[in-house]
Amino acid sequence: MRITLLLPQMLRASADGAPRVEIEVSEGATLGGVLDELHARHPALERRLRDERRALRRYVNFYLDGRECRELDGAASRLADGAEVLVIPSVAGG
Amino acid sequence: MAATVLLAIGTRKGLWLATSRHGRTTWEVTGPHLPMADIYAVAIDTRRRPRILVAATSEHFGPSVLTSDDLGASWQEPEHAPVAFPADTDAALTRVWQIAPGPADEPDVVYAGTEPSALFRSQDGGRTYELVRGLWEHPHRKEWFPGGGGQAVHTILAHPQDPQRMIVAMSTGGVYRTEDGGTSWQASNRGIHAYFLPEEYPEFGQCVHKVAGHPAAPERFFLQHHHGVYRSDDGASSWHSIADGLPGDFGFPIAVHPHRPDVVYGFPLVADARRFPPDGRCRVYRSEDAGESWSALSDGLPREGFWSAVMRDALCLDDADPAGVYFGSRSGEVYASADEGDSWRRIAGHLPDVLSVRAATV
Repeated sequence: MRITLLLPQMLRASADGAPRVEIEVSEGATLGGVLDELHARHPALERRLRDERRALRRYVNFYLDGRECRELDGAASRLADGAEVLVIPSVAGG
Repeated sequence: MAATVLLAIGTRKGLWLATSRHGRTTWEVTGPHLPMADIYAVAIDTRRRPRILVAATSEHFGPSVLTSDDLGASWQEPEHAPVAFPADTDAALTRVWQIAPGPADEPDVVYAGTEPSALFRSQDGGRTYELVRGLWEHPHRKEWFPGGGGQAVHTILAHPQDPQRMIVAMSTGGVYRTEDGGTSWQASNRGIHAYFLPEEYPEFGQCVHKVAGHPAAPERFFLQHHHGVYRSDDGASSWHSIADGLPGDFGFPIAVHPHRPDVVYGFPLVADARRFPPDGRCRVYRSEDAGESWSALSDGLPREGFWSAVMRDALCLDDADPAGVYFGSRSGEVYASADEGDSWRRIAGHLPDVLSVRAATV
């Protein structure tokens, strides 16, 4: 199945300038599985979203059909074919 | 013709670069480079064509190390994380606190000190790094605990001639040294008083803020502790106080003159509980006799109302002759001296908190 990652402006340089990245994954894939695939294709982008333990970075939000993944099952949240993952940096800093 | 001197200024929100082509009388300041990243560590590696190395951490997107071989005009970083903990450690990099080019005869070797406390080694000029397992697997590691800023290796001093020897320092934990190329490490804190621990002179656990040395005197080190200023004359095996003559023995940076190994600089603060320059006067202190006596340097610095501080990596010297001295404050001011500290001028102001400075002729 195909999942689309929608990227904020500040991350597009790590994806060859693209505003969206299409990821092919197997049925029943999780957000973590999508990021594993992203690691193989765009490691410089993936490492901005997760640390080396594959933990989601604290100040990066992942909206799955309008709900932030931490309201669901986090990186274990399952995705349906055609799902869009909206990546948005959270409000942080000073 | 005067040499070009580059000063790299790492701040809480990016990097600024100051360049002087006029004998350090005027400076051109550019930035922010790498905006919004906190820059805990910078290095200017002049062993070959000058390379700037920057430890940049985004609050959102995590840590990285970038390099520039064109004096900051462009920046490079590898696709994969340049510094990362191996999977079996179950650790994740918070940030890089120190980048230290290796000895002159190993021009591809660069070291990185990290939070959590670990040492990494690069063999490709600082682009990619590998964990030094010996220190990571030290039995003391589980008893190291974070100081106010985090648990990190912030000082790396490779022996100038013997590739088997090196010291590192961390807060907390203290000084550790290896004599077998990083396979085994010994705590090296004898004589350093830890008032904040039940045992006043423990084997380890000291909150060392910074250590400095000089290649021409490889057995001698100077150390700023969380209260206490010390010197070792025996390769860090033991330490004795050199704080007499200072207006306070608290502070963060300590730096050695590039050509005179007995000349050392610090920026004293009153105390742990009063982290201000004494009387609100901005003064660098210099010793010309390895810490036996100290002189205040204040010509051109604020005489009153200076309630800022200088962080552990925010005071440095260049390698020119006479040496230039530089420091940046948490209040975003950068001062420079072209005469070894005798007189000072402000060369940048209103920057974010200055965390690190490094300077070199390029």
